[in-house]
This record gives sequence, structure tokens and C-alpha cells, in this order.
Amino acid sequence: MTFDAATIQMLKTGIWETFYMVFLSSLLAYVIGLPLGIVLVCTDTDGIHPMPAVQKILGTVINLLRSVPFLILLFIVLPLSKMVIGTRIGSPAMVIPLTIAAGPYVARVVESSLREIDGGVVEAAKSMGASDWQIIWKVLLPECRPSLLVGGALAVTTILSYSAMAGFVGGGGVGAIAINYGYYRYEAGLMWVSVVLLVVMVQIIQEIGMRMSRKGDKRIR
Amino acid sequence: MEQPIIQIKGLGKEFQTTEGKVRALGDINLDIQSGEVFGIIGLSGAGKSTLVRCINFLEVPTEGEVLFEGESLGSMNPARLRRTRQSMGMIFQQFNLLAQRSVVRNICFPLELTGTPKSEAKKRAMELLKTVGLEDKAGAYPAQLSGGQKQRVAIARALATNPKVILCDEATSALDPNTTKSILGLLKEINKTMGVTVIVITHEMAVIEAICDRVAIIDKSQIAEVGKVSEIFSEPKSKIGRQLILGDAARQVKFGGSRQIRIIFDGRESTEPVISNMVLACKTPVNIMYAQTRDVGGTAMGQMIVQLPGDEAEADRALRYLETSKIPYEEVTEHDI
Ligand SMILES: Nc1ncnc2c1ncn2[C@@H]1O[C@H](COP(=O)(O)OP(=O)(O)OP(=O)(O)O)[C@@H](O)[C@H]1O
Ligand SMILES: [Mg+2]
Repeated sequence: MTFDAATIQMLKTGIWETFYMVFLSSLLAYVIGLPLGIVLVCTDTDGIHPMPAVQKILGTVINLLRSVPFLILLFIVLPLSKMVIGTRIGSPAMVIPLTIAAGPYVARVVESSLREIDGGVVEAAKSMGASDWQIIWKVLLPECRPSLLVGGALAVTTILSYSAMAGFVGGGGVGAIAINYGYYRYEAGLMWVSVVLLVVMVQIIQEIGMRMSRKGDKRIR
Repeated sequence: MEQPIIQIKGLGKEFQTTEGKVRALGDINLDIQSGEVFGIIGLSGAGKSTLVRCINFLEVPTEGEVLFEGESLGSMNPARLRRTRQSMGMIFQQFNLLAQRSVVRNICFPLELTGTPKSEAKKRAMELLKTVGLEDKAGAYPAQLSGGQKQRVAIARALATNPKVILCDEATSALDPNTTKSILGLLKEINKTMGVTVIVITHEMAVIEAICDRVAIIDKSQIAEVGKVSEIFSEPKSKIGRQLILGDAARQVKFGGSRQIRIIFDGRESTEPVISNMVLACKTPVNIMYAQTRDVGGTAMGQMIVQLPGDEAEADRALRYLETSKIPYEEVTEHDI
């Protein structure tokens, strides 16, 4: 199986678009999801700042957003992309639905990481006179760093797989190539190449996340 | 007497659970003097941890108040309360060190919270590491330390902000007997050299004996008795006190026939051969059922259960001998504990 220069160029562009979409959406998803995850943990009844009503409402909103299938979310949200960045097709337009879908997911991933912390450590920090902010910045986040990184790899790979679906609605990237050539034009070769590229990307992200997590973890002797 | 450093007044704590209210503490009144080592002992579930957590308001009491140096914790605003907590270090059974921080950075932690400059904090941390005998472990991480070493780091951390009080909740319960001894020794030394008031929560008599000046026995959410360790040890008054202190001896008193008495050694008589003298003086044999002595704060304390002769006249003679020699004793009955 050989590809001409144009095909190779297309694949290169696809890789770049995927990278760009995933990177930007992950970044924005964390900008939204990380604080929400922290709020979910801290406002819980056994958290450092119990606010059961806030916790309940936020949890429900997150669950609602998470239960909308991504493909449907895409159709609902793309008009918003048109309003915000002037277009509903192409990779930049996809960043908005990706962020909206991934934000709540990231919040849950962050939440589950932060819940791993030993309550005694938080207790100790309180006994030393730590404020809520200090507990978040100096205890929760640093102590959960390894778990947050593993969660990060999980979130980014999920965003990657979402981004591949964006091909159905005129988004770019490797996923779009697989869909356009494999699904619409029956070019199995190019489809498989795209799929392999996606698999490799997932592997790389996963590996980076795991390595960073393990490297920084001082619990390992 | 000068003002107690900590005053607990009419303190009560009720927990709201799904199954209803749980009363963990009720009507607790305690004065803790500056510079003393104060013990709180009780069986599991008695409310010890809740009490110590009320002292620094990790748990907010539902009744009564806690005064630190005369100021009520309940009336403080959050910032003032946090500052007050910095005057009360706390150590825990599970050490609760930050796993992702090195030993020295763990000790710097409370100083970071107060905004102490890094270099100054580090200097203080190194001093404290010396105090607890772990200079060589500054760069190690908690996962690389033994339990005893972790507790030493926790003690150094608790001391970092120069607290006036250290609260210890079962600080030695996860440690072996030798390590326990060395940690208790360290706490006692800190109490003596730095004048830090130490409050020790435990379910082990040995811990109280080893370092405490005074002790409160807590049972079923209430204080059963409070007093000097030497006094409570030689003559526990409450039922729970007898159970905790006399332990086996309290239960030895089942078999019978003739009368049995418990002779109490309060440190004075233990130097003279009380029983032998009594036997010689009264010319009557007695049966030693149980004997136990221990070293409490430098003096020998203990008790002995003695079965008196069956003959009433002889028994009375023995009792009169004890009375005239001013040796404390009490009669024990079958159901006595
Ligand atoms: N957060 C809580 N919610 C409900 N009940 C609680 C809570 N904390 C403690 N209790 C109850 O209060 C009582 C006293 O508990 P506490 O932990 O103070 O006992 P303790 O004397 O420290 O026991 P141990 O020696 O086992 O540590 C227990 O009956 C316990 O179930
Ligand atoms: Mg306890």
C-alpha cells in the first residue's frame, strides 16, 4: 500500500488538526472541570466546606450534560460555535462542543482522584490552622498529583475519541479522514491507516500520563 | 493558681446521623494547667477522640465551651481560630504526613501556612529534626520511614509553630512497645525542656503511667474521675477506673469462703514487708490471692488481695493490725470489681 504525496499531506494535516483540537479542548475542559471537581469534593457533606445544596445541584447538572450522547451534543452545540467563532465546520468549531462534553467528564475524573486522599491528612492540615484554600492548593492537589495525572491521560484519550466522531459533522482531524474515506468512500486502506494513527496517539498519551504519574509519586520507595 | 491553659466547660457533643442522634460527650468539665502532661483514658467508643477534637474545634461542640488561655474558641472568627490552632499542635495514630513531601518539607508545612520565609522555615525544620533525632532523614519521604520515625516527624511538624499545647490522639497505638517507649520519652522531654503542655489520649494504662501528671477517666461520654495519676492509680474510685487500673486483680475475687481484703500500697509501705509483719504480729496465716506493684512516677504503687483466716477473731486481729499500722485496705466482695 503506497500513498501519494497529497494523501500523506492530508494525513499530516489530519494529525495536526487532531492534535490541535484535542489539546485545546483538553486545556479548556480542565479549566472548567478542575475547579468543578474541586468544588464537588469540597462542598460534599464530609468535605472541607460542606454546602450540600451546591453539591447536589452541580452534581445533577454534570450528570445531565454527561448523559447527552456526544453526537447529539454536537448537533445541539454547533450553532453556538457558529455564533462564537463564525463557523460550524472545521477543527476550531469542534473545540466548543468537545469542551462542553469533556468539561463535566473531567470534573468527575478530578473528583474521583481527589476523593482518594486520606481524610486524616486533611484533618492534620486543619489542625495546623490551614484555610480551605491552603488545603486545596497545598494538600489536595499536590497529594493527589499522581492520580490526577492518570485521570488526565484518561480524559485526554476520551477527548481524542470524541474528536474522531467530529468527522461526521464536518470536523477535521484523523477521525474525519477515517470516516470520510472509510465510511463514505469505502477506501479501507486509508481508513485503517487513520485508525492505526488514532491507536498510536492513544498509546502515546496513556504512556506519557502513566510515566509522569509514576515519576512524581513519592509513595513508591 | 494561675489560669488553666485550656478550660472545658459543660461541653457536650451530639452527632446527627441517619439513625438519629448519637451522644458522644456530655457535661465534660476539665481544667488543663499550663506545663502539665494530662492523660485522657477510656475504652473504645468512650468519646476520647471526639473530646480531643473538640479541644481544637476540629469538631464543634454542641454544648458548652472550650477556652484557650481564657478565650472561648466558639466566639472566635475563622481567622482567629486558625491562628489559635497554630498554638496547638496535634499528632495522630496514623501520623498523617503528606506523602508527596519530603520529611523536611513536611515540617516546613505549618510554617508555610503562616507565610514564614522559606529559608527561615527550613532552618527551623532542621533544628526540629535534630530535636527528634532524625537529622539524617531530612530528604527522605514518609514511605521510606518506619512508624516510629514517621511519628517523630509528625512531632517535629507539630512543634514547628512553637505551640503551647500538643494534642496526641492515640499517638503510640500503632507502634510496638519499644518504639512506644521512645516516643513517650520524647514527648516527656519536650514537655520538660520546652514547657509545652501535652494532652495524651489513650486506651492504654501504660501510657498514662509512663508520662502523665494527671489523668481523666472517661466512660460512656462522661468523665468518671479526674485526679493525679499517683492517686488514681493507688485508689481508683469509679467503677471504670477500677476496671482499667486493677484489671485482672478486679476479677480475681471470685472464689471465696472466708473474707478477702485488698491492701493498697501508696508508695510509703512498699518499702516495709507489710504482710510478713502482719503474719508475725498476729500469728495467723493469710492467703495471698493476687499481688501487683508497679513503678508510678518513681514510687512503688500496687495492691494485693489477701484472703483472711476463716476464724473471725483471727481475721479481726489482722484487720486491726492494718488499721493501727495505717495501711489502707478495703474489703472485697464476690461481686466487686
Ligand atoms: N462523625 C461522627 N458521626 C457520628 N457518630 C460519631 C462520629 N464520631 C464519633 N462518633 C460516635 O461517638 C462516640 C465516641 O467516638 P470516639 O471516636 O470519640 O471514641 P474513642 O473513645 O476515641 O474510641 P477509640 O478508642 O475506638 O478511638 C462513638 O459512639 C462514635 O460512634
Ligand atoms: Mg479514638
